[in-house]
Amino acid sequence: MKQFLSFVRKEFRHVLRDRRVLLILFGMPVVQVLLFGFALSNEIKNTKIVIVDYAKDYASQQITTKIGASQYFEIEKNLLTHEQLLSAFKKGDIKEAVVFPANFAQDLAGNKEAQIQIITDATDLNPSNQIVSYLTNIILNYQAEQNKLQKIPIQIIPETRMLYNPQLKGAPNFVPGVMALVLLLVCVLMTAVSIVKEKETGTMEVLLVSPMKPWTIIVSKAVPYLILSLIDLVSILLLSVFVLEVPLQGNLLLLLAESTLFIITCLMLGILISIQTSSQQVAMLISLIGMLMPAMMLGGFMFPIENMPYALQLISNIIPSKWYYIIVKNVMIKGTGFSAVWKETLILAGITLLLFFVSLKKFKIRLQ
Amino acid sequence: MRTLKILLQKEVRQIFRNKIILRIATIMPIMQFIILPLAANFEIKNINVVAVDHDHSVDSRKLLSDITSSGYFRLIAYDNTFDEAYKYIETDKADVVLEIPAGFERNLVREGSQKIFIAFNAINGTKAGLGAGYLRTIVTDYNKDIALDWMPSVQSKGELGINVVPLDWFNPQRNYKLALIPGILGMLVTLLSCFLTALNIVKEKEIGTIEQINVSPIRKRDFILAKLIPFWILAMIVFTLGLILSYLLYHIATVGNLLVLYAFVAVYLLAILGFGLLVSTYSETQQQSMFIMFFFVMIFILLAGLFTPIESMPRWAQLITKFNPLAYLVTVIRMVMLKGSGLIDILPQIEVVAIMAVVLNVWAVFNYKKKV
Repeated sequence: MKQFLSFVRKEFRHVLRDRRVLLILFGMPVVQVLLFGFALSNEIKNTKIVIVDYAKDYASQQITTKIGASQYFEIEKNLLTHEQLLSAFKKGDIKEAVVFPANFAQDLAGNKEAQIQIITDATDLNPSNQIVSYLTNIILNYQAEQNKLQKIPIQIIPETRMLYNPQLKGAPNFVPGVMALVLLLVCVLMTAVSIVKEKETGTMEVLLVSPMKPWTIIVSKAVPYLILSLIDLVSILLLSVFVLEVPLQGNLLLLLAESTLFIITCLMLGILISIQTSSQQVAMLISLIGMLMPAMMLGGFMFPIENMPYALQLISNIIPSKWYYIIVKNVMIKGTGFSAVWKETLILAGITLLLFFVSLKKFKIRLQ
Repeated sequence: MRTLKILLQKEVRQIFRNKIILRIATIMPIMQFIILPLAANFEIKNINVVAVDHDHSVDSRKLLSDITSSGYFRLIAYDNTFDEAYKYIETDKADVVLEIPAGFERNLVREGSQKIFIAFNAINGTKAGLGAGYLRTIVTDYNKDIALDWMPSVQSKGELGINVVPLDWFNPQRNYKLALIPGILGMLVTLLSCFLTALNIVKEKEIGTIEQINVSPIRKRDFILAKLIPFWILAMIVFTLGLILSYLLYHIATVGNLLVLYAFVAVYLLAILGFGLLVSTYSETQQQSMFIMFFFVMIFILLAGLFTPIESMPRWAQLITKFNPLAYLVTVIRMVMLKGSGLIDILPQIEVVAIMAVVLNVWAVFNYKKKV
């Protein structure tokens, strides 16, 4: 035990010695969560929209006013020809346009079908989807109002409640996702260099001739980083709740325990990478080039996993941040207890144990 | 010139000597480029619905079947009470609870209006917002249908009929792969350029070989250029492979002029590689360099406007994206590959990225001091 503690102390000194890395380790995750928590969102607000009104009659004016009155759109009137529209879209100046054909009100009154075209730049599909949906709703509303004037007696009125996130903000979805992503990458990166650095600088020999057992080396390498990451975690949680206003509905202790488990998983993954590689460069490039994009895209918070092909859904299961993201969403935002996340917890624990034993197995006690 | 040539020879040899790094830098991004686009699908479909139907009437059943046949919603269970149905939301098995109160049909006939209750799991605000929109459209259509069924005279009195025609320019099939793959390619090329160059100079510092360079009459400019050029070529090759793959695998052919695209990417790579070298000159250890680069790369990628639109960001974050070279690449690569924009259209972006390239590289040259 004493041996173990003195070894942990040695590792701590190593970590604390490099002030610049320390500063980055504390500052970076916090800044990133804050930055992305604010910036990532798919909310449509004050989107510039061009109205091309060939009709210029009361109906088109009324609809235009309604669009302008909504919080989603800012109107810019402009009578453009098809060619002008196309070239403006190609320049990227305009991304949405609503076109009222000539005689719009006449068609409407004359019992013909009146057309409104909504042109969107579908190279950016997410906003384009939402804009079409919002505009359609505004137009349908207008239509319903006009019809009410004519007294259609039958109406089903949907009363919609948005659970957990009544204002449909981006943060409740993106903050847990970003937390999972940032913690994963930072923790893996920290331990990924730890063992391979000793190999590179030659101090590994000293460790190997000492009476230290491989598991003590592995654990004591992870302990300082675990403490560092826990400090990061607490600051991230404080920021999420007080600055980003993500609700903390569930049990704080449960959330901290689950987060600790996740951090250990990531540290173990880093250790395994460190044991398997021959140089710091390789270890870091594998952790970053190899993991950044997959963790981002298969982690569940960017793209819905149920939309992916089956094979990719399977691959997503080995990404620890996916499970942590589910846990945080449940515990933090929905406020569910352990009974709702025991499966995810078990999987994370399983991955951690697996990583630990593989690392132990692969740990070479002899130099090549 | 001769010095540069010899330095280049040295760099190229060093790159090819380390087969593992070379493999990580080329094969890994390409593998990811083959696999990851399959995940790129934001499409909101198959929203899982739990129905709580207290009415069990012909009309309530018709409403439910209208909702499920729309293609957006999938009825996964019927339940007797709202509380039971709510459990499906808590366990993520369902996204929506739809409650039809008792007396739905009767009230509809007698009073002419009836509420239905809908509760969305709105943690993912986009999904809930779009889902609510779809549901509204379906209910509006349903209103029209029953009005027609029950009193055919209504329609002839002249109901307003507006036909909303959405036109999806440049991507009429609403194909998510088309919208995202060019951007993903840009990101992968950026990743490898940033990390490889960030490690490069600092490695020489760490193992001490930089001193030999420092005492030699090599000019700082030549030294930086020799570091830059091999990675520039490597990144160009990976980019080209990516273009070929996106044509072969996903049938995405560049609509615009390929030369225009290459012209932009050539300038862009100078900027991003310059940034990598700058970080490298500032760092003392490879670890420092990688951590700093990781910090910036995350910001480049998440604030590039590919996964979430720049327009949705707060003002100050939009300002940050003005300094994000990757945001320009994502914009331009989409413009040229998908919209067919020409050189004149992308001129503003080229100008900005060219300025970045000059500033970053000059800065790197100045910041590289031939002293220990």
